[in-house]
Amino acid sequence: MTDSPIIIRHLNHWFGKGEASKQALFDISLSIAPGSLTVLMGPSGSGKTTVLTLMGCLREVMDGSILLLGEELHGAGPKRLEALRREVGFIFQAHNLHESLTARQNVMMGLEVHGRGNAQARQRAIEHMLALLGLEHRIDYLPGSLSGGQKQRVAIARALVSGPKIIFADEPTAALDKESGLQVVTLLKALGRERGTTTVMVTHDNRIVDLADRILVMEEGRLISDTKTVQKPAIV
Amino acid sequence: MSYILGKLFGRLPIGWLQLRHNPARLAAALAGVAFANMLVFVQLGILGVLNGTIKTSYDPIVSDIMISSYDSNTLTEGSSVSRRLLFRALSVPGISAAAPLYMGKLDWKRADGNTVNLMVYALPIEAGSFAGPQVQPALARLTPSDHVLIDRSIRGVDPQELAGVTQQTPYRFEVQDRTVTAVGTLGVGAGFSADGVIFASDQTFLSLFPKRIGGTPSHILLQVEDKKAIPALVAQLREMLKDEPVLVRSTADAIADDVRYQTTERPTGVIFGFGVFMGVLVGIVIVYQVLSTDVADHLKEYATLKAMGYPQRFFFGIVLEEALVLGLLGFVPGFLLSNLVYGFLSGVTALPVEMNLQRAVMVLVGTLAASVISGTLATRRLNGADPADLF
Ligand SMILES: Nc1ncnc2c1ncn2[C@@H]1O[C@H](COP(=O)(O)OP(=O)(O)OP(=O)(O)O)[C@@H](O)[C@H]1O
Ligand SMILES: [Mg+2]
Repeated sequence: MTDSPIIIRHLNHWFGKGEASKQALFDISLSIAPGSLTVLMGPSGSGKTTVLTLMGCLREVMDGSILLLGEELHGAGPKRLEALRREVGFIFQAHNLHESLTARQNVMMGLEVHGRGNAQARQRAIEHMLALLGLEHRIDYLPGSLSGGQKQRVAIARALVSGPKIIFADEPTAALDKESGLQVVTLLKALGRERGTTTVMVTHDNRIVDLADRILVMEEGRLISDTKTVQKPAIV
Repeated sequence: MSYILGKLFGRLPIGWLQLRHNPARLAAALAGVAFANMLVFVQLGILGVLNGTIKTSYDPIVSDIMISSYDSNTLTEGSSVSRRLLFRALSVPGISAAAPLYMGKLDWKRADGNTVNLMVYALPIEAGSFAGPQVQPALARLTPSDHVLIDRSIRGVDPQELAGVTQQTPYRFEVQDRTVTAVGTLGVGAGFSADGVIFASDQTFLSLFPKRIGGTPSHILLQVEDKKAIPALVAQLREMLKDEPVLVRSTADAIADDVRYQTTERPTGVIFGFGVFMGVLVGIVIVYQVLSTDVADHLKEYATLKAMGYPQRFFFGIVLEEALVLGLLGFVPGFLLSNLVYGFLSGVTALPVEMNLQRAVMVLVGTLAASVISGTLATRRLNGADPADLF
């Protein structure tokens, strides 16, 4: 698949130096279809987060190759990685919103990283994004006065507002109750489909797994299973 | 505020929003900046008065060149000089006139039991051209023995008491067991070494200070024909008097030396200079403390923004924005408070401690500079924000 946004070849990774060095990933190879929702599962310590941070340019690739949006990450310098991070979106386990900023301002941070632009157009984009996530009545609230699910939805708006081609999410529903967790992922999937966004998500939640186009399972740093579900990716 | 800063930076003023989100921390930081500002203002105010009073202590006399004893650091301290040198100096072409200046300090025991310290300036009556503009017209009145001019504003003396002193309504008072008659006033005011001044003839001076003799004035004052020749004449006099235990300086240099000595070598000056330094240090430490705590508290947010692709300089910007906002906002109460303290100090010390624009601007600029230093130090903590730790 040549237009695959993420292609991983023979990826190995180690933590620690010298004697204390410990291998966390062993020879991972995979490629991900554009516009798909891929779920990454596996027991604790199996290396899911490590793979995600490597794909997301948050760590430097040590061995093997990752092609992200056609760019080789192995050997890319910190500046290059920083620039590539602007092309993708992150959703963290904790919402990681800035407590001093309103929902609107938090989402604004997702736009400002790309430089200045038409102020009114931006405000409209932010309001539209928050409305899509059902937050039209909470636009000017501080995170402190939002519920957990609402905060995570603001975080999703922040990640999506600039229209990234890829979204990385690490247990985005872990801090939420089942109900709002499912709601959040359903929204994420719907928006992803609509925009052709490729999503890679780490989760333990079986109900979320039902929404996935593809399920990857890791164990002790190795990819041990790769299942394509019946659902077809919306955009091919 | 947010709007102005937003326009200014072309981005969300996150630093300001962060500070505003924690009002207790903001208040503590502003109080710290204001306090540091006040310390600095007070010290500078006192140093300013010291400078000012040193300069005004030269107001009662007019001269171009002064011959002083080798050990005279200030106008009022040091040994006396030999009057012989006056005649030698007069022999130099270009020196138009010379006069001996006698100075001495005496105590005035007041009816209320307080003692007031007076600095006495004395010139020969015929040396009118050496008397300052306030003194010159009244100098002839000082011919009778024990007739003097008295300071209008003496520390510890009700100004009303001396306000109406003239030749027609003289004011008599006792010093050194003599009755002295004030027949006019001059305005010099209290300084660090005396509470006020009186001006007298050389004859009156010698009777007030029986241990002093006419042959050894405190300084010799010289006037020149051409002011442009002062440096050359100073050099010539130095050469001529190189074996005498004296300093030959233009009066301007003597004043500058006096100011430098009293502000940098004397304990009073050094203490106040050190006070300025301490104030600046207190400000830097407080702002650093607040900013580095703030950075530490927001590491997670910063790491998130780093993960989103914000460059390192963006975070420097936030911290510097906070530093500048704190400096600017803290300066306002600091400035207002300092004005109050100045009023209080003037009242208590009878010294003219006053705010001036130059000092205000200097302290503001200094505050902003110190804030930037604190901010820069606080940014070191930013390295703790690693986006890879977020998951
Ligand atoms: N920063 C690090 N330094 C050292 N070792 C690390 C670091 N991060 C992860 N590891 C190790 O690498 C291995 C894989 O960790 P990783 O966080 O990728 O697991 P995970 O699958 O995300 O687990 P979890 O479900 O608990 O989040 C683990 O053995 C972990 O201890
Ligand atoms: Mg993990």
